[in-house]
Amino acid sequence: MTPDSIKEAEGGLYSNLRCRKFEAGAVAWRNFAETTRSDGGRLLALWGTDDCDRDGRLRIVACYLNAESLAVVEHAMDSCSKPLYPSLVEFFPSALRMERAVADLLGIQSMQPDHRGWLRHNGWPEGVFPLRRSFNASTQYQLDSEPYSFIQVEGDGVHEIPVGPVHAGTIEPGHFRFSVVGEKVLRLEERLGYAHKGIEKRFEELRQKEGHKLAARISGDSAVAYSWAYCAALESITQTTCPPRAAQLRALALEHERIANHLGDLGALGNDAGFAFGLTQFSRLKEDLLRIHQPIFGTRYLMDFIQPGGVAVNLPQDAPQLLLDHYAALEISVSELRGIYENHAGVQDRFRGAGVLSNEIAVRLGAMGLAGRASGIAHDLRVDCPWHPYNDVTLKIATQTTGDVAARVNVRFDEIVQSIMICRELLTNIADGAIVSDVPDAAPGILGVGVIEGWRGPVLIALETGPSGMIRRCHAHDPSWQNWPLIEYAILGNIVPDFPLINKSFNLSYSGQDG
Amino acid sequence: MALKFVPFMWQFGEVILAVALAPLFAGWIGQCRAWMQNRSAPPLTQQYRMLRKLFKKDVALAENASRLYRTAPYVLFATMVLVAAITPSVVTDLPFAHAADAIALIGLFATARVFQALAAMDIGTSFGTLGARREMMVGFLAEPAILMVFFNAFLLFDSTALTSLVDNYSTHPSVIDPSVIFAAIAFVMVLLAENARIPIDNPATHLELTMIHEAMVLEYSARHLALVEWASSLKLFNYVCIGIALFLPWGIAIHGANLIAILIALAALSVKLAFCGAVLALIESLSAKLRIFRAPEFLAMAFLIAVLGLLVHLLLGANTNA
Repeated sequence: MTPDSIKEAEGGLYSNLRCRKFEAGAVAWRNFAETTRSDGGRLLALWGTDDCDRDGRLRIVACYLNAESLAVVEHAMDSCSKPLYPSLVEFFPSALRMERAVADLLGIQSMQPDHRGWLRHNGWPEGVFPLRRSFNASTQYQLDSEPYSFIQVEGDGVHEIPVGPVHAGTIEPGHFRFSVVGEKVLRLEERLGYAHKGIEKRFEELRQKEGHKLAARISGDSAVAYSWAYCAALESITQTTCPPRAAQLRALALEHERIANHLGDLGALGNDAGFAFGLTQFSRLKEDLLRIHQPIFGTRYLMDFIQPGGVAVNLPQDAPQLLLDHYAALEISVSELRGIYENHAGVQDRFRGAGVLSNEIAVRLGAMGLAGRASGIAHDLRVDCPWHPYNDVTLKIATQTTGDVAARVNVRFDEIVQSIMICRELLTNIADGAIVSDVPDAAPGILGVGVIEGWRGPVLIALETGPSGMIRRCHAHDPSWQNWPLIEYAILGNIVPDFPLINKSFNLSYSGQDG
Repeated sequence: MALKFVPFMWQFGEVILAVALAPLFAGWIGQCRAWMQNRSAPPLTQQYRMLRKLFKKDVALAENASRLYRTAPYVLFATMVLVAAITPSVVTDLPFAHAADAIALIGLFATARVFQALAAMDIGTSFGTLGARREMMVGFLAEPAILMVFFNAFLLFDSTALTSLVDNYSTHPSVIDPSVIFAAIAFVMVLLAENARIPIDNPATHLELTMIHEAMVLEYSARHLALVEWASSLKLFNYVCIGIALFLPWGIAIHGANLIAILIALAALSVKLAFCGAVLALIESLSAKLRIFRAPEFLAMAFLIAVLGLLVHLLLGANTNA
């Protein structure tokens, strides 16, 4: 293959969305990104894979999100000794951290100058690459910390505040390096990867039909989105159709997950503004919802409700009425609390104008999901390219234009209302019949991509099948990859004590991005 | 002869009472807050349990901690005990009260503040300095406001000693001056700011970047932390007692106190503390935390209200004289 050739892949690609797959040479790989960018496409995920055992090549794969479809581009590198590929950073700045992660895990470097590690943290030696076929996952390494060079800001009165990875509260680990003058933030640099667990390597030891359980645990707050994305990938590879009732129940669970997380976030945002009343009220609403999950879905946090071919538990007879009653009460409470938030001068003073992410920067950095919608990027996969059963559901994308904390709060309020409407619609039109269909073992070497709009944004699972029902390679992508860098911009010009509130308004996943 | 020692007995008793009751008062505020937010409340004795736990633990000290860092908790605690000794919470016949008037009282609070800020900077963590910096900002804005509040009271009752203020109030109980209302509002605002309460600081937060008081004591542990915590609850207790002495002095036993007067004073104190605690909890539950740069506006407002009180007093006083 010449550097500038590109052709549609023979085996094609399987996905729950409309999609095409290409194989590209180095120049074409870069050109494809440029064209996609100028056509308004977005980079959804970037991952690498080691095929040295099969054809002696390493591959880098990019998945783009166009207006109504996916495009997956694969670039194979000849040598296994010093693989190099053109960086996508000039077109998609969000690619930087993904490229650094690929370099850590597979030893494939992109041609960009930042060679600092992203996920390794000296947890394994330099020159050892966990996602290579030759790597033995049970090897133990001595862990000792190594210095990491943050970009320094110089000037009169500028000093640094290092925060984390261990925090005063019980939250996930992440390091934030602030350069400040007085209380004003001049620059923020994040360092993540402390929660790297080697999930993608673990997938390779699992059977195709048990992978959904691990997928649900990548980021616990998005259990439904991840397990659905996994099942969608597997089902499209095996060409299984999930029964209509199961698809509706999956959508019901996804909307419940969205409502529960939004409720939790709204309470936490009130608390971070020092308004503890909000926390207690929203926590109660969230807890009420989780309690109703137990008898209906068989699990509070909807873990493992979705399984290949369908869902694990059928809806009890009395569930629709129970849920409809619950929605009615929930709607009243949420609208009352929204009124309290909106009329509370102190809370509004904290929310408005804090952590503004302008539409321009959001578009440039490829903001995903909820954070993007709050900055005027009207994209929601449930509307843009609906998969079953979302093609039968009416939904209007909730957007705001101000891009501040208040905008992200309002998007959450609007989405709760809309999710409740979707749930009502699903329950009134619910189909009868089976809740699970049989999924055969897939033939080896097929790539399937499942993309689901979770509460945070689009979640992707790329699944490549191995022989005798095993997984060969599985890549999971969280929208937090794109959205973490947004916070570095949203905080600029704000004051240090507003950071927790701004950070919470994004509420990104550490575990999902660290993998 | 024996009578000579009676005031010392009251003095001693009052200090013990303040030191012993302060954690209970903090617990009461916590309980009220929990009720108002529909949470189930921790027991009233929660603060005592925490202190006992902390006193039992071994101290973990930063390697570069100097003597200043280690002595600061004792200085803090001692200062607050001294403040308790000159605040007439139960009786006005306090021998120690002659040692310091209300202006010296502000000096005592400032001493504690300086020690706490220095100790926070001593070990050189970024949060310690951050907290110390913010604390000094709040402090230098709060002090003029509290001074103005005291001037209001001085003008009304012709004294700068808290005990004589209460005595004089009791001898002219008919004096209800509108300036008192202004002073009281300003006092409550300063009290919230000085005691690390919402809307200036959030004592319950776990977000290290937003902390003021908590950021300064993040590195303390065991008995040091216990003393710091105890001193903060004592500070709050003292502030509320000063407020009571200035604005709600009914029932405090004045000169020549006997046992019955003391018992009445104790009963009055507990009712007033319960009331004040509930009001504080209500204010905290209703408001959100201010952005830190709104704190100067908040305290400037307190200062302005106190000055308004002074003006009202002088203008109305001029009228009655004419």
